[in-house]
Amino acid sequence: MAEVALHQVVKKFGDVEAVRAIDLDIPDNEFVVLVGPSGCGKSTTLRMIAGLEEVTSGNISIGGEVVNDLPPKDRDIAMVFQNYALYPHMTAYENMSFGLKLRKFSKAEIRQRVEHAARILDITELLDRRPKALSGGQRQRVAMGRAIVRNPKVFLFDEPLSNLDAKLRVQMRTEIKRVHQKVKTTTVYVTHDQVEAMTLADRVVVMNKGLIEQIGTPHELYHHPRTHFVAGFIGSPAMNFIPCRLEQSGAGLRVRISDAIAFPVPAANEGRYRPVAAKELVLGLRPEHVTEPRHNGRDDGCDFTATLDVVEPMGMETMVYFTMNGTEICGRVEPKSAGDAGAAMRLHANIDHMHLIDPASGAVI
Amino acid sequence: MTSTTMAIPASQPTRKSASLKRDRRWALITSYVFLVIFAIFFLIPPYYMVVTALKSDAEVAHMATNPWIVANGFTLDQFKILFTQTDFLIFFKNTAIVTTCVVVITMVVSVLAAFSLGRMRFWGSSILATGIFLTYLVPDTLLFIPLFQIVKAFGLLNSYWGMVLVYPTLTVPFCTWIMIGYFQSIPKELDEAALIDGAGHMQMLLRIFIPVALPGIIAATIFAFTVSWAAFVYPMAFLYSADQQVLTVGTVTSLIRADVYKWGMLMAGALVAAAPPLVIYAFLMDYYIAGLTAGATKG
Repeated sequence: MAEVALHQVVKKFGDVEAVRAIDLDIPDNEFVVLVGPSGCGKSTTLRMIAGLEEVTSGNISIGGEVVNDLPPKDRDIAMVFQNYALYPHMTAYENMSFGLKLRKFSKAEIRQRVEHAARILDITELLDRRPKALSGGQRQRVAMGRAIVRNPKVFLFDEPLSNLDAKLRVQMRTEIKRVHQKVKTTTVYVTHDQVEAMTLADRVVVMNKGLIEQIGTPHELYHHPRTHFVAGFIGSPAMNFIPCRLEQSGAGLRVRISDAIAFPVPAANEGRYRPVAAKELVLGLRPEHVTEPRHNGRDDGCDFTATLDVVEPMGMETMVYFTMNGTEICGRVEPKSAGDAGAAMRLHANIDHMHLIDPASGAVI
Repeated sequence: MTSTTMAIPASQPTRKSASLKRDRRWALITSYVFLVIFAIFFLIPPYYMVVTALKSDAEVAHMATNPWIVANGFTLDQFKILFTQTDFLIFFKNTAIVTTCVVVITMVVSVLAAFSLGRMRFWGSSILATGIFLTYLVPDTLLFIPLFQIVKAFGLLNSYWGMVLVYPTLTVPFCTWIMIGYFQSIPKELDEAALIDGAGHMQMLLRIFIPVALPGIIAATIFAFTVSWAAFVYPMAFLYSADQQVLTVGTVTSLIRADVYKWGMLMAGALVAAAPPLVIYAFLMDYYIAGLTAGATKG
């Protein structure tokens, strides 16, 4: 177990800068998820920690020791790959014990460790099978077992669930979380799936174009995104972004969406937004904050009427899609109060949860 | 109304499946006809070889008998004379030594070469890989002239050890090529997993790559064996005394004297010489095909 630190780490492939001077501190025992769209540099970052890619500049340290020039085997890490990377000619037992054998552990120690890991992962009865005779989920467990038996300082996961079907993915997600709670090893996990990131992580690192956009707990990222990108990337369905203008309205401020629709800015936020008054901005509002009116008739000026384009009943709630100021907006409403597609519906914007984004810098104000 | 609409789709699939069945039957019949023709075409020479080897010299020379059957009784005389009164066993021993050495050298060189060219990224590796294959395209009928100088310089003219030196020029390029294709088809995560598990390059090769690529290695081994066992041009050019000669050239030169062909012994010799490749093929055929096709599609 150890902490992992990245300091000004850069990775270039020829002229292409895949990772651009990132800083990241991962304390002991933490589960950190690197998330971002493909090509954002998250896998490259993980591979640099593993030692499978060289660092162009900057430092990576594991347990306080700079490991830039150490080969993977001397970094005391274990990695789980997307396609499992099990040795096809070895049984599950041999796959899990291979690393220990190379490190000259005694046979008894190897047996004890493999059996212990197999019990944690519930694969004891599969130990004699070759990978070909295992299902996707079982293979992934063996791959995790191979990591666990080593009892390394750091676990690295490279999109380990991407090859599994949706149901198994959810199941294995829980499994990974359970294993982490049991073995408590520092873990770096890479995924492009923000749901996986939110559910697994102690802290999430959102990456985009080789840079870290934001580091925070899932709660922080969801409720207090710092950039347009994070606001749009975290959350499903994604946050609505509506071009707007912040204007003076008496003593207060107003977010004007169109000639007909404008929402008053809550008094608590006015101080924060006053410097950007009279500017063209982007209003960010999550779908769950666009609902049917729930204020028992007391209109706070945030109600509006929209013609629904698409209505998607989900059971517990219904998603409604409509167009406002040329932008498609998604709202989450009670199934009972949802209107029909093509019909007008009275809706309410819960403006207390709004975000205002500067379109030029992409920063959330 | 309902019955008419139901009737139309019901009748169509039946007709279609009937015609499919008929197509399939014709395809099968045609395949069998051609397969039988092919089998006959390719089995006639070995059959003729066996029949002739089991005849006495007198029957072979007697033009009136039917050449396709053994009319005057089977005899193993041809084999007896071949083994006791000619240098055939020396040729066989020489060939076995040369082939074993060539196969070992070829496999060691080509597996190591293919592993480094196929798996380790270094500057010029792909050009080198293509270059190695290009050397295979130069025919041995052209190569034996410069190779003569080399063999002579090594003092290995008229020695079967010279063959151990020159045969790998034929086997190494092709075997390396097969193995490069095979090694490249192994996902790169496998060596990364091995690296993280703590394996060095040699351990990775011996404990991961060779077992995983075994069908390819067997295919390459069979190829090297066949080339080395059946080589003709090089021994013809470089060997001239009977004690150093190998099977292919030795059998022909010692059993054909001017215009006297000892057909019975020639056939017996060819039969015995063909036995080792035949046995190896029979045992490893499945691996051989799997190995060749994998190399072909992914190389």
